[in-house]
Amino acid sequence: MIQLPEKRSPQSLTLMDRVEKLLTAAPVHLVVILLAVLWTLPTAGLLISSFRQPDVLLETGWWTVFTPPFNPGQFHLGNYADVLTGQGMGQAFLNSLIITIPATVMPIAIATFAAYALAWMRFPGRQLLFVVIVGLLVVPLQMTLIPVLRAYNTLGMSGTFLAVWLAHTGYGMPLGIYLLRNYIGTLPRDLIEAAAVDGASHLKIFTRIVVPLSTPAIASFAVFQFLWVWNDLLVALVYLGGNQNVAPVTLVLRNLVGDRGQDWHLLTAGAFISMIVPLLVFFALQRYFVRGLLAGSVKG
Amino acid sequence: MQESSNIIRLLSAIAAIVLGSGGVIALFYAANILVNRLPYQLRSRILPWVYMAPALAVLTAFLILPTIRTVIISFMDRRSEAWVGFDNYIFAFTNSDMLIAFRNNVLWLVLVTGISVSLGLVIAVLVDRVKYEPLAKALIFLPMAISFVGASVIWRFVYAYQPPGVEQIGLLNAIVVALGFEPIGWLVNKTVNNFALIAIMIWLQTGFAMVLLSSAVKGIPKDVIEAARIDGANEFQIFWRITIPMISSTIVVVSTTIIVLVLKVFDIVFVMTGGNLDTDVIASRMIKEMFNFRNFGRGSAIAVILLLAVIPVMVTNIRRFQQQEANR
Repeated sequence: MIQLPEKRSPQSLTLMDRVEKLLTAAPVHLVVILLAVLWTLPTAGLLISSFRQPDVLLETGWWTVFTPPFNPGQFHLGNYADVLTGQGMGQAFLNSLIITIPATVMPIAIATFAAYALAWMRFPGRQLLFVVIVGLLVVPLQMTLIPVLRAYNTLGMSGTFLAVWLAHTGYGMPLGIYLLRNYIGTLPRDLIEAAAVDGASHLKIFTRIVVPLSTPAIASFAVFQFLWVWNDLLVALVYLGGNQNVAPVTLVLRNLVGDRGQDWHLLTAGAFISMIVPLLVFFALQRYFVRGLLAGSVKG
Repeated sequence: MQESSNIIRLLSAIAAIVLGSGGVIALFYAANILVNRLPYQLRSRILPWVYMAPALAVLTAFLILPTIRTVIISFMDRRSEAWVGFDNYIFAFTNSDMLIAFRNNVLWLVLVTGISVSLGLVIAVLVDRVKYEPLAKALIFLPMAISFVGASVIWRFVYAYQPPGVEQIGLLNAIVVALGFEPIGWLVNKTVNNFALIAIMIWLQTGFAMVLLSSAVKGIPKDVIEAARIDGANEFQIFWRITIPMISSTIVVVSTTIIVLVLKVFDIVFVMTGGNLDTDVIASRMIKEMFNFRNFGRGSAIAVILLLAVIPVMVTNIRRFQQQEANR
């Protein structure tokens, strides 16, 4: 029963290790925290400002709210009320929903059917088709603005919701087919063949097997498309023209900047209204979104 | 009165959403019913095309045909009535505003891609060692969800300028003044305004680069790094000799994605400065030619130049995809 001196040494080693670890880790913590704060500060400033009285907003910086004496009276909801009713943000918010929901559902439906056909149906030219679609992924949509706008003008469609729904469906299609085909193509072959042997039609295999199993990919594409359409300015600007009745939040916000760039209380509240929905969607579905990013970009 | 019109608005919004979303799904069901009436042989040959048809239709209508049409219009005059040969392209490569736009775009490409990828990589490596990794990542990734317009408003506020002597309400000038300097007109001073705009894009894209690179960093086998440590490699050597080579393909993918995005960007410039004071980029010039000057020939030529700039990226994309297919 000899006390082994070694018994203590691992413990003291871990202590030494810990001190050393702390010392070497300190710069890491410093850099990470600094960057995280730096990245958050601009948005935090906007959020705080959007609740401040218009006159104080123009006189002092938003960070002064943290200096004593603390005065809760400087915060109010008036900016939001102003921008929602007076500046048409309320209607624009509704318009953004009307534009974004169908412009997300439509490409999902169309791209999923196409991805299924490309992955599990045999027909001539399907490889070539897919290569063309991959190529279209990077075409700048600026390339298409003038001809599509002219077609819309001839058809009398510019300034309508249908015009933007269809345009977003077209522009989102290459990414949708690409992401979904890659995913649907990796589903187990046995499963789909077994269903076919049992006499299930393609539509049945599609709705009962493929769609339920592809939920992660569909969700990630949905987040992509939703963020892209909600945040879009270019498509709305070009195809909706000056029609204020159908303008989404991005367009109204841009006009606020243009017309009255110094009305900070309207700008800050307006910007935050435009950010609420995408931020909620983003946080709720962040997992899928990240997975979708990875599926489309890192694979292979 | 006000109440009832609001309810009508809301109802018509719901109707529009249901109609727009349901319409497409109804289309597929209707087509499927029709196809099921055909004889079996014919059915299996037609069905793939029924599934593909809507996708092909929108791709053709919104991407393929308009692209071809834009190339044609780019060789015509402002109203697309007469052929002008390469005039629009000669204009695009000689006009002084366009040359500034090209210069700015190069600046955007180099700085946004370079800084957001390298910063994203540094964060990806560092964040791997802290316990609050998810929180730090979420905060840096968050701007991804913010629109360019929203981001522009956020940064207008950061860059806000008040004359010297007056209290600054913009964060950046408050810091500058606190350090004892004169406040700077970040958006009007021609030596800094382009960098001020580029900073916004870096703020938006770093999170994207970080997320992709972080998952690549986590994919590096632990024993490789352990072995290097045992051989006496320090952290910097591990970073340069192991981490970077092992995730090089992800670095390339992230860089090309950001390059394509930067080439197309116009919203930030359009909202922040309207392209004035030498801040235009190619894409914002195009919108100007189209809407302000109603010159469709020039606008189209600028769009074609954008496409030409993207083609190398497109080719590498297709190559990579074909390799990936071959390995399946």
